Amino acid sequence: MSTTTAMETHTGTAEHHELSFIRKYIFSTDHKMIAKQFLFGGLMFLALGGALAVMIRWQLGFPGRPLPMPLRILFPDTMAPGGIILPEFYNSLVTMHATFMVFFALMPLMAGVFGNLLIPLQIGAEDMAFPRINMASFWIMPVAGFIMLASFFVEGGAAGAGWTSYAPLSTSGEWTGVYMGQILWLVSLIVLGFSSILGALNYVTTVINMRAPGMTWFRIPLATWSIFITAWLLLLAIPILTGGLLLLLFDQTIGTAFFRPEGSGEPLLWQHIFWFFGHPEVYILILPAMGFVSEVIACRSRKPIFGYHSMVVAMVSIGFLGWVVWGHHMFQSGMNPLLGMTFVVTTVVIAVPSAIKTFNWMGTLWRGNIHFDTPLLHAVAFVALFIIGGLSGIFMASAPVDIYIHDTYFIVAHLHYVLVGGSLFGIFAGITFWYPKMFGRMMNEGLGKVHFALSFLFYNMAFFPMHNLGVQGMMRRIYDPNQYEFLQGLQPLNTFISISIFLFVSTQMIFAFNFLWSLREGKVAGNNPWKSNTLLWTTPSPPPHGNFPEMPTVYRGPYEYSHPDREEDYWPQDEPPATTGSGGETVTTPTPELVPGG
Amino acid sequence: MNFFWRMGLLLAGMLAVVIGLSVITGISWLDLSWVMPDNVVSTFGPTLDNLWLVILWITGIIFVVTEITLLVFMVKYRHKEDRKADYIHGSNKAEVVWTSITFVIVMALAFYTKGIWDEIRDPNLIPADAYPIHMMAKQFEWNATYAGADGQFGTADDFLSLNVLHIPVDRPVVVQLEAEDVIHSFFLPEFRVKQDAVPGMSTLVWFEATRTGEFTLACAELCGLGHYTMGGTVIVHSQADFQDWLAQQQAAAEDD
Amino acid sequence: MSNRFELRGVVAPTLMLLVMAGCGGGDGGGASSGGGGGAAMENPVNAATAGNIAGSIMFEGDAPSMDVIDMSSETVCADKHASPQMIQEVVVNSNGALANVFVYVKEGLESLQFPTPAAALLDQNGCVYLPHVLGVMVGQDITIRNSDGLLHNINASPTINRGFNSSQPVSMETTRSFRAAEVMVPLRCDVHGWMTAYIGVLDHPFHSVSNGSGAFSLSTLPPGEYVIEAWHERYGTQTQNVTVTTGETAEVNFTFSASMAQNAVVPLGAPVELHAIAEAS
Repeated sequence: MSTTTAMETHTGTAEHHELSFIRKYIFSTDHKMIAKQFLFGGLMFLALGGALAVMIRWQLGFPGRPLPMPLRILFPDTMAPGGIILPEFYNSLVTMHATFMVFFALMPLMAGVFGNLLIPLQIGAEDMAFPRINMASFWIMPVAGFIMLASFFVEGGAAGAGWTSYAPLSTSGEWTGVYMGQILWLVSLIVLGFSSILGALNYVTTVINMRAPGMTWFRIPLATWSIFITAWLLLLAIPILTGGLLLLLFDQTIGTAFFRPEGSGEPLLWQHIFWFFGHPEVYILILPAMGFVSEVIACRSRKPIFGYHSMVVAMVSIGFLGWVVWGHHMFQSGMNPLLGMTFVVTTVVIAVPSAIKTFNWMGTLWRGNIHFDTPLLHAVAFVALFIIGGLSGIFMASAPVDIYIHDTYFIVAHLHYVLVGGSLFGIFAGITFWYPKMFGRMMNEGLGKVHFALSFLFYNMAFFPMHNLGVQGMMRRIYDPNQYEFLQGLQPLNTFISISIFLFVSTQMIFAFNFLWSLREGKVAGNNPWKSNTLLWTTPSPPPHGNFPEMPTVYRGPYEYSHPDREEDYWPQDEPPATTGSGGETVTTPTPELVPGG
Repeated sequence: MNFFWRMGLLLAGMLAVVIGLSVITGISWLDLSWVMPDNVVSTFGPTLDNLWLVILWITGIIFVVTEITLLVFMVKYRHKEDRKADYIHGSNKAEVVWTSITFVIVMALAFYTKGIWDEIRDPNLIPADAYPIHMMAKQFEWNATYAGADGQFGTADDFLSLNVLHIPVDRPVVVQLEAEDVIHSFFLPEFRVKQDAVPGMSTLVWFEATRTGEFTLACAELCGLGHYTMGGTVIVHSQADFQDWLAQQQAAAEDD
Repeated sequence: MSNRFELRGVVAPTLMLLVMAGCGGGDGGGASSGGGGGAAMENPVNAATAGNIAGSIMFEGDAPSMDVIDMSSETVCADKHASPQMIQEVVVNSNGALANVFVYVKEGLESLQFPTPAAALLDQNGCVYLPHVLGVMVGQDITIRNSDGLLHNINASPTINRGFNSSQPVSMETTRSFRAAEVMVPLRCDVHGWMTAYIGVLDHPFHSVSNGSGAFSLSTLPPGEYVIEAWHERYGTQTQNVTVTTGETAEVNFTFSASMAQNAVVPLGAPVELHAIAEAS
C-alpha cells in the first residue's frame, strides 16, 4: 500500500506488505504514526518552553543573581555574562517561551497529535482524506522549529518584542537590539502556518466525508467535534496571522510602513490583525482539551455525557463568538473608547457557552460511578482550573477593571490558568487516556497519580499567587520589578512562585519517565482497557495500517454508559442492537436512518 | 485505610509543602490582598475598586459553589463495585436554567460596567476645566511638557519635566499622550490609570488627584530592553504649591 | 532611516540561516573576532623616515551655551560629579579651543596595511561616555565598560556597519568591533537620553581627538601627501592638504564657527535631540 493513498478502499489487511523503515517511521503517511511524530515533537518543544520558563523565573525569583552552575557556563556573554541574564536576553526568553509554548507545543500537541489520532479512529475511517498532505503538515513543523531555534544563535539574539510582537517595537532592531532574530521569528511562523492550514484542511475534509455508515453528526464523539471546530478556526485564523506577519516582514526588510508611524503606518493595525487571529487562537488552544475532557469524564464516570447537544452547540457558539471579541485585548491601546462597550458585551456573552460546558461536565459526574484513574484526575483538574481561568476572565472583560489589571500579572495568572491549567492538563488527560491505543501498553498508574498530585499542587502554588501580584500592580515582562519601589515588597512572593515553578517543571520528569518506561515495560493494554464506546477502542492496540479490519457500522451515540437493560456498563457504538454481549461478529443490516450525513 | 483517611493525609501533605515553602521564602498568606490595594488617590478610583469588589463577590461565590460541588460529586459518586451510574442524558430544564442565569448575570455586569467606563473614558466627558499636560514617552523616559503662563503649547515659555509629573490636587488633569519611538503605557497604579502611548497617535487621558503626596509612574507595555527602568514619579501638590512650582519653572525656562 | 533597510535588503533569511547554522552559531555577538588576521602583521611604517602632524582646533565667535544635564533621576551618577554636567555637544574653553573634534587621515594611506592595535576603552562613568569621541581601527576591539553599576544600554546606529543595541544592567564589560571603516558611528544610551558618543572607524591607526585645549597630533606617519579631515558632531567636516616630511612636524589648524552648523551634514542615525523642546524656550 505504500504507493496508493488511503482514499482507495482497503479490502482487508492481507495486501499490506512491510514498509521500509523510512516510509514507516519517518516519511509516514499513516495518521497514527504522524500523530506519534507530533507527540514526540510537541513534547520536546514543551520541554524547551519549560526550560525557558525556568530561566525567566530565575531572574524574577532571584534578580541579579548569577544562574546556578550548570546553566551559568551554557550562555555566551551576549546572553548571560557571568550567569547574569541580560535585559535583552530576558525579553527574548519571555518572547520565545510564549512562542514555543503556543505555536510549537500546545498547537501540535492538541490538533497535531489528537486530530490525527482520533479523527479517523473515532469516525471509522481507514486514514485521513489526504495522507501526503498530512505528512507535509508534520514535516513543516521541524523546519519552522529549526528556524525558530536558530534565531537564538544569530547576532542580536532571538526575537524580543513579546509573542504579540507589537509594532513598531518589532519593526526595527534599533528599538530592541534584535535584528535577524526578529526576521527569523516571522519567517518561522509564516512557515509553521502552512502546517496548521494543511492539517486543518485534512481534519475538516475527513470529518465531513469519511464517516463510517451510521456515524451521523450527532453520533460523533465530542473529541472529534472539538477538533472539527478547532480545524475551522485554524483554517480561517491562520491565514490572517500569516498575512499580518508578511506585512510586518515587509516593514522590517524592505522599508514599507504598514505599522510604522514614520511612513504614515498604523501601529494599532497590527494589534487588530494580531488579535483578530489571536482570540480565535485562544480557543484553538482550549477547545480540543474540552473535547478530551468530555470524553474522559463520560467514560471514567461510566455515565452518558450530560447534555451532548448543548455541548456541541456551546462549542460551535464559542467558535463563532471567538471572532468578535478581539477588542478586549485593546481596551487600553488607544482604540476609540466608545468601541469598548461593544467588546465588553461580546466578551461577557462568551462566558455563557463556557458556563454551559462546565455545568454539563459537572452534570456528567453527578450520580456517576467515578473511577479515579490518572486521565480522570487530569480531566477533573481541567474543569476545576478552567473555572478559575474563566472567572478571572470576567475581571478583564470588564473594561474599567481592565484599566488597572491590563498588562499586569493578573493577566499572566489568567492565561496560565487557561493554557496550563486548562490546555496542558487536558493534554495530560488525553495522553494518559489514549496512550494505550497509541502504543499498546498502559502507562504506570502509580507514577501517573504521583505526577498528577504533585503537578496539581505545584501548579497552583506557582500560578494562583500571580493574581495577587497583579492586584498589587506588578507589570508583565518586567526584568527586575525591584526597580519600582511599590513592587519591592513582592520579592518574597516572587521567590515563592519561582521555586514552585521549578518544582512544577521538575515534576514533569516523572511524566517523561513514565511515558518512556511504559513504552517497553507498561502493562499490555488490549483493545479496550477503559471499557469505552467509541469506534477507536474496537481496533487492536495499536491499530494496524488501515485501522479497521472491517468497515464498522454505527448504531448509537458514543456515550451509552450504564444502560439499565444491559449487564455491561458500556455499549460500543458499533455493536448491533440485537446482540447483548460484547461480541457482535455478525453485522446486521443498518437501518435506513443510519445513513451518514443524516 | 479508608478513602477519607487517604485523602486527608494527602491534603495534609500538600498543606505542609505550601506552609514549608511559605516559611522558607517568608511570605504570609494572610497579608496577600484580594481586593485592590488601599492606596487609591483619584476621584474615579474608588468606583473602579468597588466594581472590582462586585465582580470579586460574584465570581467568588460561583467559584466556591462550583468547586465545592465538584469536590462533593467526586467524593460522593466515587467508584463502588456494587453500584452502577445513573443512565441520564441530560435535562433541558437544567440547560435552560443555567444558560439564562449566566446570561442575566453577565449582561447585568456589562451594563453596570458601561456607566463606569463612560465616566472614565468617554472623550465627551473629559472635564472642560482640566489642566492640560503633554506627555511624550520615549525609550526610556517620560517627558512632561507644561504650557507655561500663556496656557499655549508650542510657545517659548513651555517647559519640560523629565520623569516627574507635577499635578495639582483636587483639579482634573488631562494628559495628552504621545510616543516618539515605540508603544509605551502610561500607568499610574495609585490613580487606577493606564493608557497606551502610541507613536503617531495622540491620546487623551484624564484624572483628578484627591490628596497630595508622591506616587508611582510606570511603563506597562514592553518597550525594549530598558522597559523595566522606565519609571517615574507623580508629585501631587496643593493648589498653592502647584502655582509656586509653575512660577518657579516658568522663571527658569525664561532664563534660558 | 531607510538606509538601514536597504542594507539588510531582501536577503532570503532562510539561506542566511543555513549559513549561520553551518558556522555553528554560538558566538552571538560578532564580538571578540577582531584582530585575528592582523596579529602577525608588521607595521609598514619606518620610524626613522616618519614625520608627524599636529595642530589645534579653534572656535570662532560666541560658543553656544550647553544645557545642564538633569541627573536627578540617577542619584548614583549625580553624586559622582562635583559640579553639574553639561551636554557635551559643543565644548569650548576660555581661549576658544574646541574639544571633541575627530581629526584623521582621510586620503594618502590607501596602499598600506596596518596591524590592529590592542582594545580601546569606552567607559560609562557617572552616566557620561568617556571619551565622548573615540577613534578605532577596523576589527579593533572596543571594550565598553559600565562603571556605574546601573542599567546602561549601548545603542549603536552606524550606516555602513551592522548596528547593535545591547545592555549592561550591572558593572560589567562588553567587547564589540566594527568590520568596515565609517566616520562616524553614533552611540547613545536610551536609558539616559543625554548620553551620546561617537566612534570613528578607520582602516589605519592615524586618528586623534582634540583635547580640552583644542590640541591634536598624528605621529609616525610615512612621508607623503595627505588629506586631513576634522569632524565635529554639530559643525560638520573640514579638510586640508598637508605634506609630511621626514623628521618634521607639519602644523595643521582648523577653525569652526557657529554658522557651519547649518551646512553640516548630520551623520545618519544621529540621536534625536530629545531636549529640543526645552532648548527652544
